[in-house]
Amino acid sequence: MHGFANPARFLRLARPATPWVLGLGLLIAGAALGWGLWFAPADSLQGDTVRIVYLHVPTAWLGMMGWGAIATASFAEIVWRHPLATIAARAVAVPGAVFTAVCLATGSLWGRPAWGAWWVWDGRLTSMLVLLFLYFGYMALAAASEEQGQGQGRVAAIFGLVGAVNIPVIHYSVIWWNSLHQPPSITMGSSAMAAEFLVPLLASTLGFTLIFAGVVLMRMRTILASAQAEARLRRKAEGAA
Amino acid sequence: MHETFAQWPYVIAAYALGLGATLALVLTSWLAMRRAEKRRDEARKL
Repeated sequence: MHGFANPARFLRLARPATPWVLGLGLLIAGAALGWGLWFAPADSLQGDTVRIVYLHVPTAWLGMMGWGAIATASFAEIVWRHPLATIAARAVAVPGAVFTAVCLATGSLWGRPAWGAWWVWDGRLTSMLVLLFLYFGYMALAAASEEQGQGQGRVAAIFGLVGAVNIPVIHYSVIWWNSLHQPPSITMGSSAMAAEFLVPLLASTLGFTLIFAGVVLMRMRTILASAQAEARLRRKAEGAA
Repeated sequence: MHETFAQWPYVIAAYALGLGATLALVLTSWLAMRRAEKRRDEARKL
């Protein structure tokens, strides 16, 4: 595992993998959303608004999984000081925040016809909003640490680890507190959803997860290329001086 | 419940927002990567 944390080895794998991961993700997500929009049936209670679930659930999963990835990379950054772990955590922040924001917006668009309200301050919605603010905080800390040089990145890594406390809060919020939001429909090994809803939902989740992975690969390559260009220009300037 | 609301505008708005944000994220990430790798390649030639 540590062998893959080498930036040169990572680039050798990431260059050919990026178009495949991204292309497959776009294809699967596009097909799953088309399926959910035009071919999946309407729900007997929710009507056509159930189709929002094919976007809402994958983005909710990616928002939480993104922070899980930040926490894991932050742990590797603190314990083993892997430069690639720092880059991975930075690369996950923006897509994680975007998908969390999409989750909140699509949830709001579902809540208005289903609950009669755009927003309620219940445990699930509030903890997801906290997650979005955690992403903003992480991005601000990461940007500040880049300006201040090496060593300051540990503050962002500690923030990434501490912020992971919110993930179980999001997951268990619908169990711990009386909530308008329904309890989990899919758990390990069982599902309360009929197959006609479940299959496009799982396909959409797979597609969006691949898109997320493709975006993270592109953003990691961007950070690495920028660092390599900076280092090269610095060496050149020092050589000329 | 759903008889009182026209549901499709909410569904269309959710898909437009979700797809728009996803495609914008993919496009901006791809352009940033292309720019950064081009800049690195140019720096190597110096």
